[in-house]
Amino acid sequence: MAATEQTIKQVNNLGNNDYKYGFSTEIDDIKSPKGLNEDTVKFISAQKNEPEWMLEWRLNAFKVFNKLPEPNWAKLNIPKINFQDYYYYSSPKSLKDKPKSLDEIDPDILKTYEKLGIPLQEQKLLSGVAVDAVFDSVSVATTYKKQLSDLGIIFCSISEAIKTYPDLIKKYLGSVIPVSDHSFAALNSAVFTDGSFVYIPEGVKCPVELSTYFRINAINTGQFERTLIIADKDSYVSYLEGCTAPMRDENQLHAANVELIALENAEIKYSTVQNWYPGDSEGKGGIYNFVTKRGACRGNNSKISWTQVETGSAITWKYPSCILQGDNSKGEFYSVAITNNKQQADTGTKMIHLGKNTSSKIISKGISAGYANNTYRGLVNIHSKASNSRNFTQCDSLLIGNKCGAHTVPYIESSNSDSMIEHEATTSKINEDQLFYCMQRGLNSEDAVGLIVNGFCKEVLQHLPMEFAVEAQKLVAISLEGSVG
Amino acid sequence: MLNIKDLKASIEDKQIIKGLDLSINKGEVHALMGPNGSGKSTLSYVLSGKEGYEIDSGSVDFKGKNLLELDVDERSNEGLFLAFQYPMEIPGVQTSFFLKTAINAKRKYQGLEEIDALEFAKLVKSKAEELSISPDMLKRDLNVNYSGGEKKKQEILQMSLLNPEMAILDETDSGLDIDALRIVSEGVNKLRNENNSFLVITHYQRLLNYIKPDFVHIIADGKIVKSGNFSLALELEEKGYEEISKTA
Repeated sequence: MAATEQTIKQVNNLGNNDYKYGFSTEIDDIKSPKGLNEDTVKFISAQKNEPEWMLEWRLNAFKVFNKLPEPNWAKLNIPKINFQDYYYYSSPKSLKDKPKSLDEIDPDILKTYEKLGIPLQEQKLLSGVAVDAVFDSVSVATTYKKQLSDLGIIFCSISEAIKTYPDLIKKYLGSVIPVSDHSFAALNSAVFTDGSFVYIPEGVKCPVELSTYFRINAINTGQFERTLIIADKDSYVSYLEGCTAPMRDENQLHAANVELIALENAEIKYSTVQNWYPGDSEGKGGIYNFVTKRGACRGNNSKISWTQVETGSAITWKYPSCILQGDNSKGEFYSVAITNNKQQADTGTKMIHLGKNTSSKIISKGISAGYANNTYRGLVNIHSKASNSRNFTQCDSLLIGNKCGAHTVPYIESSNSDSMIEHEATTSKINEDQLFYCMQRGLNSEDAVGLIVNGFCKEVLQHLPMEFAVEAQKLVAISLEGSVG
Repeated sequence: MLNIKDLKASIEDKQIIKGLDLSINKGEVHALMGPNGSGKSTLSYVLSGKEGYEIDSGSVDFKGKNLLELDVDERSNEGLFLAFQYPMEIPGVQTSFFLKTAINAKRKYQGLEEIDALEFAKLVKSKAEELSISPDMLKRDLNVNYSGGEKKKQEILQMSLLNPEMAILDETDSGLDIDALRIVSEGVNKLRNENNSFLVITHYQRLLNYIKPDFVHIIADGKIVKSGNFSLALELEEKGYEEISKTA
């Protein structure tokens, strides 16, 4: 049987139930009333026992949200979102009183993690990864806390940080992504439910990779994480984020805000593997992923590095960015975005050079299969005072089949003459001869595609921490199943 | 082992193989010689199942199975190996990783566990040494920036690791200097045994001085026009294709 014929057969065999993580756990949960208004914001704040100033901050953001139009410049076909049709808060009931240890956690939740391949118990013992797990909206478990706190590192849920470290929150929350940045940022600021907070004190190199797993669970629950990471002078931290979600027929809204702040000589490495439910092969269901991620290199010689592997979601709208304020600061963006079937992704980065001798590097690999559209959109902006700055950008697109699209939209703006910007871009189709070669060595067509695509993405994947690299490679192959042709 | 009967095959509606018969038994080495465009490489692609080639008629039996019904990877896992004339470059895929993946694909097909990491390292090291392949090369991306000779050695390394029952060498001698030719040929000769078979496709008799065939066939215009033993290759070298074809 020829490869295409086999593929057609495989595609036909793909039912709607192929999403490996498409299950949901039955747990009693507390929901906010459906819809979005001031009372929703108050309900969320009250559920979390937040101080008055936080509620005011949220209410102000909600006012801003009402005034802002939705961003519409991306090459995406986004169905009209009815914000009144979502629940904005859901918290597993058994967690109302926060568990003190893993033993207190609902066994159903632990089982869910096991199915996802994240056995917390084992991870705690074996992996050396401290896990701040977000189940729906509430942090359910935080491990390694003591080891970290001995070093003065704060790693907790943002809800806890609001109560325990109000000064840090007041100083930094919204300082990188202003509430008024765009409507999704404002929405998140109004109704964010939980997320992680990290503070690395001066001179401390965080000894473990900090990690969090997000999972959207309850039906129709928009999830609005808020993450804030601050690396004080001369410190270092590597943070991993990974997500999977159960299968849903109705689209789920997701709008996270992630802010990173690196002070003098500090370095933050932020890695993401995103494999939320992408919808079925007809484009039904799937997550809407409107994420705002931005890092500020505030201090001289600071560095922020984003690495992302985006394989899931029906729609991905995401531009992890760096504001290079400090002199000699560095920004990096390594990205793999895979779209299959009817998925859409418009993703890229912004590198804003403000300080002298700043440098940035962008490596983007877009893979498109089926009927999917994949756009790289990036901005490199070099300010007039950012003398002697450098940027290198490389965007490669790989097409599998002839019904998909790849687009590259780079914006390059330089306001001084002694800076240097390089941009390279390629688009190619997956090579049939390479596939034949691999299959002649015994690999089936999907493994062959996985191998070739993983090779194509290698420059990006090698920037992931070990724990993620293996999972990401598997994911790359899984997301392209049934795509050869 | 391999039994080809009255095979006719086309690419883009043009018939290239026009009624070819060939029977290869266990333990035999057959050489297939012919001028450019006679259908040598096409035969190797048709046998390995490359897309785009249509079978018009005829049959190919491999170890009692209908070879033409099998997928490319099944043919490989059943023990058919093609050493490519132009091996493909796979950027970003480390050579040793590729080798391991191929070995494990076959083991999986045979219902075996994946190869143990240590066992794999030992195996590759010893086979690579036999072919004068440096350990450095195994760390590089597969075939990327390899010289012509290195690529061909890589093909023979893959062959020796997968240990096929039926190996087709498609102009493995092309682009090889005399040292590389000797190393590659020695690699092939080491693999030869009473349970496997080889089909050596070549333009020149030179390779056959190293890999002594049991039978030599001459192909012209998609058919085998003459068969004989090693002396046919010598005769061919002397007289040229045209004259031999005439006398056929």
